[in-house]
Amino acid sequence: MTATTDAPTRTGTHPRVEGLDKVTGRARYAYEYAADEVAYAWPVTASVGAGEVRGVDVDGALAQPGVLAVLWHGNAPSLADVGDSKVAVLQSPVVAFRGQVVALVVASTSEQAREVATTLTVTYDSREPDVVLRADHPTLYRPESVNGGYSTDSVIGDAVAEFDACPVQVDATYTTPPEHNHPMEPHASTAVWGDGRLTVYDSSQGGNAVRSTLSTLFGIDRELVRVVTSHVGGGFGSKGMPRAGVVLAVMAARQVDRPVKVALTRQHLFDLVGYRTPTIQRVRLGADPDGRLRSIDHQALEQTATVEEFAEQSVAATRVMYAAAHRRTAHRLVRLDVAVPSWMRAPGETPGMYALESAMDELAVATGVDPVELRIRNDPDVDPETGARFSSRNLVACLTLGAQRFGWAGRDPEPGVRREGRWLVGTGMASSTYPTYATAASCRAGVDPDGGYDIAINATDIGTGARTAMLLVAADTLGVDPSQVRVRVGDTDLPQAGLAGGSMGTTSWGMAVEKACRELLEAVRAAGGVVDERIEVAVDTKAEIAAQAELSRHAFGAQFVEARVDIDTGEVRAPRMVGMFAAGRIVNARTARSQLIGGMTMGLSMALHEEGVPDAAFGGFTNHDLSTYHVATVADVGDIDVGWIDEVDDDVNTIGTKGIGEIGIVGTAAAVANAVYHATGVRVRDLPITLDKTGQLA
Amino acid sequence: MKQFAYARPADREEAVAMVSGSPGARYLAGGTNLVDLMRLGVAGPDLLVDVSALLPSGVQEQPDRGLLIGAGTPNSDLAADERIRRDHPVLSQALLAGASGQLRNMATVGGNLLQRTRCVYFTDVTKPCNKREAGSGCPARTGAHRDLAVLGASEACIATHPSDMAVALAALDARVHVSGSDGDRVLALDDFYRLPGEDPSRDTTLKHGDLVTAVEIPLASALTRRSAYRKARDRASYAFALGSVAVALEVSGTTVRDVRIAFGSLAHRPWRARTAEDALRGAPATADAFSAAVEVELGAAAPLPDNAFKVPLARNLAVSVLSALLEEAPR
Ligand SMILES: Cc1cc2nc3c(=O)[nH]c(=O)nc-3n(C[C@H](O)[C@H](O)[C@H](O)COP(=O)(O)OP(=O)(O)OC[C@H]3O[C@@H](n4cnc5c(N)ncnc54)[C@H](O)[C@@H]3O)c2cc1C
Ligand code: SF4
Repeated sequence: MTATTDAPTRTGTHPRVEGLDKVTGRARYAYEYAADEVAYAWPVTASVGAGEVRGVDVDGALAQPGVLAVLWHGNAPSLADVGDSKVAVLQSPVVAFRGQVVALVVASTSEQAREVATTLTVTYDSREPDVVLRADHPTLYRPESVNGGYSTDSVIGDAVAEFDACPVQVDATYTTPPEHNHPMEPHASTAVWGDGRLTVYDSSQGGNAVRSTLSTLFGIDRELVRVVTSHVGGGFGSKGMPRAGVVLAVMAARQVDRPVKVALTRQHLFDLVGYRTPTIQRVRLGADPDGRLRSIDHQALEQTATVEEFAEQSVAATRVMYAAAHRRTAHRLVRLDVAVPSWMRAPGETPGMYALESAMDELAVATGVDPVELRIRNDPDVDPETGARFSSRNLVACLTLGAQRFGWAGRDPEPGVRREGRWLVGTGMASSTYPTYATAASCRAGVDPDGGYDIAINATDIGTGARTAMLLVAADTLGVDPSQVRVRVGDTDLPQAGLAGGSMGTTSWGMAVEKACRELLEAVRAAGGVVDERIEVAVDTKAEIAAQAELSRHAFGAQFVEARVDIDTGEVRAPRMVGMFAAGRIVNARTARSQLIGGMTMGLSMALHEEGVPDAAFGGFTNHDLSTYHVATVADVGDIDVGWIDEVDDDVNTIGTKGIGEIGIVGTAAAVANAVYHATGVRVRDLPITLDKTGQLA
Repeated sequence: MKQFAYARPADREEAVAMVSGSPGARYLAGGTNLVDLMRLGVAGPDLLVDVSALLPSGVQEQPDRGLLIGAGTPNSDLAADERIRRDHPVLSQALLAGASGQLRNMATVGGNLLQRTRCVYFTDVTKPCNKREAGSGCPARTGAHRDLAVLGASEACIATHPSDMAVALAALDARVHVSGSDGDRVLALDDFYRLPGEDPSRDTTLKHGDLVTAVEIPLASALTRRSAYRKARDRASYAFALGSVAVALEVSGTTVRDVRIAFGSLAHRPWRARTAEDALRGAPATADAFSAAVEVELGAAAPLPDNAFKVPLARNLAVSVLSALLEEAPR
């Protein structure tokens, strides 16, 4: 699986430590915690596209059996402002988008709450919503900055003048639809107040942010709030920050003085937990006939909500990918009557690299340079916009090794000429990249006289294998067998750490775990090497994070796809995919492989299936379940072969990891689209590539 | 969820009496469609009459009259039935192209025939829909209609019937056995399903309380043995059809002796392509002739901007399946 270099590797392989608990149902998820006298809350969502709530028939609802409380902005407790409209629930009459929470019904059973919530009379003043992103929207504007702290624009040289002067030009517009995260486990929370303390079992990517937000919203001391996130069934970014559900659970529990559970339905997830903005992206590449880029110009148009700005960093990846003397990147937004878009697996890189890597393929066609060679020719020595040194950059190795593994050599570039039975067959490729982030974390490590080690850190395992990764980092540092180490995660009572997001979990937590283990070893040494009573150390990595040198830190990869297009129906299949990655140290080969395959599967799904359909007439989306929002099924996924190079990067951070949660999805959609072009000669610039777009239905 | 009563009548007569006598009562079979619609608030019965245990299940051979399929037969059992697979492969293939393994285990033949449209406005009670609420309007025409009808639609409704199985049954000239408060009757599939017209609330000609008890398919023949189903959809499995076709073909020499063509997902009902069939009977068995005949049939299509692709899709589906059957046909 691994393309080895001669460098030493510290890759382990270990089954998921909680795997048995999960498959036997012992692993407890947020909604499953027992609590005495528990009540259930059901959100009532706006059935108008935009406007204001006028009234709610509270009395009528309270007269129904089992109903304990009905909350709306007219009677809900006021919450402190944390500058996040998504958690400011029931605070204002404004309906910013269809599906927004406008009331909450609390009842003794979930069925009672649901029935009353779905029949509750809510009156509105409504107006026609504006929910469709268009390139000519009159209110396009330039945001101050974009997600991740990136600058809105970048300008180096004169990209437009240089483009005009280039002998080879690609000028194309690519569009991507809204996409929804849809983790397997919908968002759920159980909130329990007692003795002035609040305990919340929450389905979240990071309990720490949940604790901070709840403590501010409800004006309660941080120390009195505990958030437990033992097991989480995925998030893909939608659980990165607290959302309406958990706030409603806490509000309701305080209101009725009983523990309260809230579970969002699949339907709710379309509106209440974020989604990926649609994008309209124009890419202009100017090059010499040999494919060397002279000008790169990439602009993304995106949407955000009227009540809050979220600007996805769609062109950020373009700033690091290829060398060119003249460059311009820009983000523009439109405020629409839509739910606030948010993080979805590799926000920014995913839509942006679809556009850039499609344009690179168009450039390969225009110049006749092989797509792999084209990328190698344009590989920069230093970060092309900041001039910073890369901590390591092995895109070329990924391209070369990936091409070998896939059998790319000798590919005939001619599109639309290979036929097997009723299928047109083609191959395509694209590059991948994802930045390496890290945040400070704290960790406790201890050893008992019986020789057992334990690690405590409020990391969150959202199904990625984080627990197991921390176990391997600890065992590797301590030089002991993993069976001697116990890892506790997913509880704000444990030492504070950041969220499972930005592909930085393993790095941020791992740095703290590694440091704690090193210091523990020293403490043991200082104690003369004998452990006759428990020895424990506590560390944090603030200093290490602050001391990080100014480097360009990124993982890279290359993806190769074989696509088949049915000449009768236009249906597309991708029977074979190869991904080769350079992502620093891979801590656990077993779970890393799953992450990368999962990412590529989600990328395939984006390429062929996923499409949130805005409802221009009524607001919101017309899809409302997984039978109208298609994700790839098992039958859609062929052979996915992933590998990585043993990239040793001592500069990237103290443990040499770059993160693998997101890079797998980056570039996949372009590789699929490029393969479809090679199969059919039809360039689809509008995702998803459904059968009606592949040119077979004339 | 709305409170409702649940009953398990002892026999068919009691079941029919229960539902006929109560406008808010519904039959419950596998529940894979009805229960979903109840959760969404689209259906709100106050009495569920569970017929899953009393409906006949299984396939019975009737001497000289073909097969009688009990309305309670699980979709998966019917798909696996050896006689169906051998003599009416189109039906087995259609069933297997639908839903998922789990759903097919639960879903019954009667419930499958009577499943409701998947139009996204029909399944969202916060939006208007003539089929769900008479006179409220049809937003699909100017809204989301990519999946909806290109044939036989009306101003009031452009919904499609989502069943795969029913398309194969249409091609097989199946007949539906019904028990009602006025006794039993047998309906040709053509008389069972209807077009939306002015009253899209009804998918079929059944009256409230009518219980589907069985589906009959005529004796197998050389025609039905050379039959096939093909479905095009937005992913490889677990998606409703964008277009589908059930075809049976018998050739003699180089001429079409007999042919059946039924389209799915083009209309409010399975669309039996009789115009194309008539044109093809006695015509040369060639891809060009297939294509020409199907084009005439589809000439009646009135697509909307986002579902125009369904017309060439349907044509290609039919021509590809007819051509594939032709290739394997004995001359
Ligand atoms: C996710 C999903 C995907 C699906 N994909 C497909 C697909 O690709 N292709 C496809 O064809 N289908 C598909 N289906 C639909 C599925 O085939 C139907 O739900 C199923 O066939 C219904 O059968 P049932 O026995 O469960 O019916 P029920 O849900 O029990 O009943 C459906 C309706 O029929 C009535 N009814 C049931 N039995 C009788 C009877 N004997 N007499 C009179 N009335 C009766 C009920 O009152 C109800 O109105 C899908 C369903 C789901 C949930
Ligand atoms: S097409 Fe039919 S089912 Fe769909 S919205 Fe119109 S009336 Fe309702």
